[in-house]
Amino acid sequence: MSENKEHIILETENLNIGYKTKKKESVIASKINIQLQKGELIGLVGANGIGKSTLLRTLTNVQNALNGEVFINGKSLSNYSSEELAKSMSLVLTDPIASKNLSVFELVALGRHPYTNWVGNLTTEDINIVNQALVHTNIETLKHKKCFELSDGQLQKVLIARALAQDTDLIILDEPTTHLDMYHKAYILKLLQKLVKDTGKTILFSSHEIDLAIQLCDKMIVMTPEKVVTDQPCNLISEGTFNTLFPKDLIVFDETTGSFRVKK
Amino acid sequence: MPKTNTYTFSFIALILLLIICFFLNISLGSVSIPNWAIFKSFFGTLEHESWSYIIQDYRLPKALTAILVGSGLGISGLLMQTLFRNPLAGPFVLGISSGASLGVALVILGAGIFGGVFASLLISKWSIVIAASLGSFLVLLAVLVVSSRVKDTMAILIIGLMFGSITAAVVSVLSYFSSAEQLQQYIFWGFGSLGNLSWNELLIFFIIYCFGICLSIISIKGLNTLLLGENYAKSLGLNIKQSRFIIIIATSLLAGTITAFAGPIAFIGLAIPHITRQVFNTSNHKILLPAVFLFGAIIMLICDSIAQVPASDYTLPINAITSLIGAPVVIWLLVRKRKMIF
Repeated sequence: MSENKEHIILETENLNIGYKTKKKESVIASKINIQLQKGELIGLVGANGIGKSTLLRTLTNVQNALNGEVFINGKSLSNYSSEELAKSMSLVLTDPIASKNLSVFELVALGRHPYTNWVGNLTTEDINIVNQALVHTNIETLKHKKCFELSDGQLQKVLIARALAQDTDLIILDEPTTHLDMYHKAYILKLLQKLVKDTGKTILFSSHEIDLAIQLCDKMIVMTPEKVVTDQPCNLISEGTFNTLFPKDLIVFDETTGSFRVKK
Repeated sequence: MPKTNTYTFSFIALILLLIICFFLNISLGSVSIPNWAIFKSFFGTLEHESWSYIIQDYRLPKALTAILVGSGLGISGLLMQTLFRNPLAGPFVLGISSGASLGVALVILGAGIFGGVFASLLISKWSIVIAASLGSFLVLLAVLVVSSRVKDTMAILIIGLMFGSITAAVVSVLSYFSSAEQLQQYIFWGFGSLGNLSWNELLIFFIIYCFGICLSIISIKGLNTLLLGENYAKSLGLNIKQSRFIIIIATSLLAGTITAFAGPIAFIGLAIPHITRQVFNTSNHKILLPAVFLFGAIIMLICDSIAQVPASDYTLPINAITSLIGAPVVIWLLVRKRKMIF
């Protein structure tokens, strides 16, 4: 058990998430206990409005937990300075990039920000790491293109490369497959799986592509109105967790194919 | 990535252009002075005493002021456009210029209310400089207080615009009660002026300007990260509130002093960063900042040379010239490129 403990990258302890105003606390999900090991690909799924984004925002310190704690590499999130956190966790967000005039290389190189000097000069080591990130995501050919010239799928790969260049143990992606066609959805998730294998990083992403996630993830976090379950996809299927995901009036989960079907 | 050294040629060309414009600016004026006399006057007094007076005490400070004003406004425009990630932002979006206008309006237009003796005391040049600085400083302070409470940077933009509307309204009310003479004086201030600065004033101007530039240089790394958007910048370990504070202070120092000493110079702050981006096709502030400095200085010198109306006795308001020359240039650039690069 103690040996196992060393490989835990992210852990939550009785985490309650939600929003707090002066007058009241609105809890969105409570008693969340998650353990993410090193070198795992984890998919976070749940219906709209169930609190996926709130959970990710809490894990990434954008908003505070109502109760409980988040540990990253065994250290409580509240004890991290913003710079330390930037070296432990990198993000791919749904926010559009503010300046599309950045070249792909420049954008990926910004991932080196926590390591560069006061004016942001890249050392040869930084440039090597950036180039490696471009190779890992198969976008070396786009290196000198401007971001406004890229398709959505290409841009997503660039953003993943930027997170890789940040050189952190944990990468968290918020809905990386939105706006993409079926092929590119599969491509991006497959790429994440490959990155986990190649680099040994832990990657957590939220997604609505439940059938793809079931096929590719090592582990899934399923948020249902009752509880938050973390397990391997095959166990989740046999326990019937996916059936509790959505209201039952329209779609049902088909265990044999691992996907949802519209009720006839 | 376009390496820094691919821009070396452009930088050398710009520096040469700056030197040429500087000498051209000094050599032009209502009194024609031969070129050899201008070079000589830098190293000592000429036999022609009026010539050395014109050059050393009038044209030289004016050309230096033009360089400080152009570069300072350009850089503060660049800082604001990146901070607000909005190509329409300029140095005056925070209400700095309207604050200065209010200060000056209170002194010039309000002087009538205090009566004759005070009026002549109040309307000296220093009191206008102090009033403009105080006005922009107070508006800035209000913006800073608000920005420490507001999380959203775009809200600061709107709050700055609102402050501008309030001060503009106060100025209108004041002008309604003022005499024609006072109004004229206020309008003349609004034309902007690069001349009239003594060496002492120039020194004070330069010291504050340097502070602003230093703060801008410190912000280079943060500005580059902000190009990704605030949430990404935060995830990269950038202290958003602190960087925002430094950027706002830098802009206010630059735009505030410039407005205090040279009046509200329109257009330069908004346009220079865009013109620069057309030539230097990068978003890296390490390259943009010095490039904007050079472009700002050059264009301001050219505008000032035109405002002199060479070989005539007229001096046109610099504020009108910057817009008359600059606006078509930006329109032409954007129409030709069909793209607002940001």
